[in-house]
Amino acid sequence: MATDTAAAAAPKKTERPGTGYLRYGAGKVGGAVVSLFAVLVTSFFLFRLIPGDPVKYMTGGRQVSNEQLAAYRREFGLDLPMWEQFLDYCGKALTGDLGTSYQFRAPVIDKITEALPNTLILTGTAFVLYTVLGIFLGTRSAWRHGGLGDRLNTGLALTLYSIPSFWLGLLLIIVFAVGIGPIPGLFPTGGMESGSEEGFAYVIDVAHHLVLPVITLVAVEYGQTLLVTRSALLDEMGSDYLTTARAKGLRDDLVRRRHAVPNAMLPTVTLIFVNLGRTVAGVILVETVFSWPGLGGLFYQALSVPDLPLVQGLFFVFAAAVIVMNTLADLIYPLLDPRVGR
Amino acid sequence: MSAVLVPRPATAADDKKVLTVAVSQSVDSLSPFLASRLLSTSIHRLMYEYLTNYDPKDAHAIPGLATKWTPSADKLTWTYTIRSGTKWSDGKPVTAEDAAWTFNKMMTDENAATANGSFVSNFKKVTATSPTQLVIELNKPQATMAALDVPIVPKHIWEKVKDFSKFNNDKDFPVVGNGPYVLTGYKADSYVRLEPNKSFWRGAPKFDELLFKYYKDGDAAVAALQKGEVSFVADLTPAQASALEGQQNIKVNDAPGRRFYALATNPGARAANGEKFGNGDPSLLDQRVRHALFMAVDRTTIIDKVFQGHAVMGDGYIPPRFSTYHWKPSADQEIGYDPAKAAQLLDQAGYKKNGDGKRVGKDGKPITYRVLCHATDPEDKAVGQYLKEWWADLGIGITLDCLDNVSDPWLAGEYDLAFDGWSVNPDPDFVLSIHTCGALPATPDDVGATDNFICDKPYDKLYAQQLAEYDPAKRAGLVKQMESRLYDLGYMNVMAYPNAVEAYRTDQIESITTMPEKAGNIFGQDGYWSWWSAVPAASGSDDSSSSTGVVVGIAAGAVVLVAAGVFFGLRRRATADDRE
Repeated sequence: MATDTAAAAAPKKTERPGTGYLRYGAGKVGGAVVSLFAVLVTSFFLFRLIPGDPVKYMTGGRQVSNEQLAAYRREFGLDLPMWEQFLDYCGKALTGDLGTSYQFRAPVIDKITEALPNTLILTGTAFVLYTVLGIFLGTRSAWRHGGLGDRLNTGLALTLYSIPSFWLGLLLIIVFAVGIGPIPGLFPTGGMESGSEEGFAYVIDVAHHLVLPVITLVAVEYGQTLLVTRSALLDEMGSDYLTTARAKGLRDDLVRRRHAVPNAMLPTVTLIFVNLGRTVAGVILVETVFSWPGLGGLFYQALSVPDLPLVQGLFFVFAAAVIVMNTLADLIYPLLDPRVGR
Repeated sequence: MSAVLVPRPATAADDKKVLTVAVSQSVDSLSPFLASRLLSTSIHRLMYEYLTNYDPKDAHAIPGLATKWTPSADKLTWTYTIRSGTKWSDGKPVTAEDAAWTFNKMMTDENAATANGSFVSNFKKVTATSPTQLVIELNKPQATMAALDVPIVPKHIWEKVKDFSKFNNDKDFPVVGNGPYVLTGYKADSYVRLEPNKSFWRGAPKFDELLFKYYKDGDAAVAALQKGEVSFVADLTPAQASALEGQQNIKVNDAPGRRFYALATNPGARAANGEKFGNGDPSLLDQRVRHALFMAVDRTTIIDKVFQGHAVMGDGYIPPRFSTYHWKPSADQEIGYDPAKAAQLLDQAGYKKNGDGKRVGKDGKPITYRVLCHATDPEDKAVGQYLKEWWADLGIGITLDCLDNVSDPWLAGEYDLAFDGWSVNPDPDFVLSIHTCGALPATPDDVGATDNFICDKPYDKLYAQQLAEYDPAKRAGLVKQMESRLYDLGYMNVMAYPNAVEAYRTDQIESITTMPEKAGNIFGQDGYWSWWSAVPAASGSDDSSSSTGVVVGIAAGAVVLVAAGVFFGLRRRATADDRE
């Protein structure tokens, strides 16, 4: 942890230790709760603006009588006035019931819990890798900024960052899944499993399916972490305490690891939590290219109907994940940097 | 995680002959009472027998669960003889009682009628008079009684279901059925696994496993086929088809499809109660104008340029593959490509050109039609551009309204023309019914079953006649008269019958039945012929990943991942003032 060498005089306040943090924390948590409620309201009304008649979609291309159509509307509560639908939605949401998906005839919460682990396996693995890689390369880039390594590093990261992920994915499929010239097809072309494995073989099978989509995600994502880490560290580089540390005769990488990096981590921590919140939403393009059965693909399907309960449910879960993660970040800052939250 | 009850060796190195089919559409439900998507209903065809089936040669009705069906003299009672001696996959006998229970459930429980309720809407009473006899009594004569596309389910399993609106039949495997395959595993958007039903009455399928595997991206599915990871891919784009054409061990099946692709005209939207709504251009109510517009459509160009040859020129309403019902206009009835005559017709109808060469409506303003198109459909957009050109020569402007969701303006009748298309069943009743007055919405606020508000008394009279006509040849004659009437009206102009373009690996599939057998499709047939008949190739290079491949693969992946990091990591140089 950073020791505050700037040695500001201790504040002469007569408050019990800890109350400051508690008040700060309570404020942040309260804000999060308000935000969550706002998301609930928004999700309901926002998606009512999508054109399309869900009932007509559900019966698309089939012979239905007007009685049947009316029955559908009754079943899904679409015949009630908007405000009644809204109250119903809020009441149920509080009990964890997000309604029933139009197209899958299953509770929305079930569809989400079915796909969420798949998404987290993919985005979670990628998240850990691109965060570690981004911080590792970012700190080295900054430490020797302007050098050849730095220029190569940032150049490569920016190039990959600006490549469309689905294009990179397809390229990897062609080269490493189908195989080109001397390169044999090493990986599956898509999906999360081959559908015939169990036990330990299943774990290996999923890992095997993970490689290409994870590489794709890491390639396009690590640049962001790298650049944020690099610029934050560059801001710290000229600080007096680093000169002091060097003057004490510490080894260069110790100066970097023990002194400079911890103080430069705040922006990176923010980004880490934002990214962590984003992992829940899945990644529509990469999930599509690699046929990954996750939430991104589910959201796309939900929107195209529009499958209102499923769209609302997913939107709420995605937003909640981001809000929760940002709140966590807020709660952790004071522990990283005592100047925050006072 | 998976609740598969079938014991299976943990290694993939067994010699199982697996037929892997790439699919992209999600399963909406595996309950036959709820499912309406093509993939789901195709899977139900494999899991359950229907009363009747369709012949793979010409799609006429042939025995399924029923061996015989006969109407009474008054046309209101049908008696089906149920095949004796067949069993459900759990060993219990299949009887008429199962069929009676299935139909009665749909007639009495609104939720069980979700998917196939229309089939029983005219049923008065269904009874099993003996284990091998099913009797269905009707309110009105109904000619489609050998085309009831309803999966018959085992009563002893399904009577335990409490809420039909929420039971999706996708939790307990294997699922008891009596079709050529048994459903043994399912993971949403991952795979659907079926295994042969050894006691299927026609004989068990030859493959050891049928696996529908998800590829959400068409190009990825094609890559999987090239690699041999899947045996079959459907719905190829022209570009994908030409890329696969002539590749080793791959056969492209470019077959007559079951769809028609049409340009529909707004006939003035109205409700069954007579109320008019919407804002279709009044000039389109003149038949001469509709014919003129279609005369300026060069269908040959559409087939060659838009479909790149993967389609057949359209004329009658029902595609040629349904030979019993396909109708073609005679030479003097045909509305052929003739821009000069089209211009004459418009002049006759009183829509003359003004000084700027624009045709003027009765309101004195230049005519510009709004054409609804599906933003997700590249064909709509391409044909739309041609229409712009062709109709500009006539002096008519158009605006293309390409929307992700066309149903709002469509249902409100707020369009002039629209791209339209339907998949046609072996029995034409449904696609004919959507142009009857009875399909109009009850009031402007309701939604009807109508396709695009056509309501024509002579057509309706013919429709009622064909539904009550039990003689197949006479009924076909009436259906052709209806198509002729529809053609002359000019509200539905069929431009093309798009082909079904598919491909499969000949080193995995030796032979497979198409439908129609001479030249037809493999995926989404009216029956189980393709997957039931498929014979594995002897050389069967089953491309399941061997454990070495996995190890090599994962190692390679790890190497790629850390390579960059290590490269820069190792370049850490000690600084000049570095001390021990």
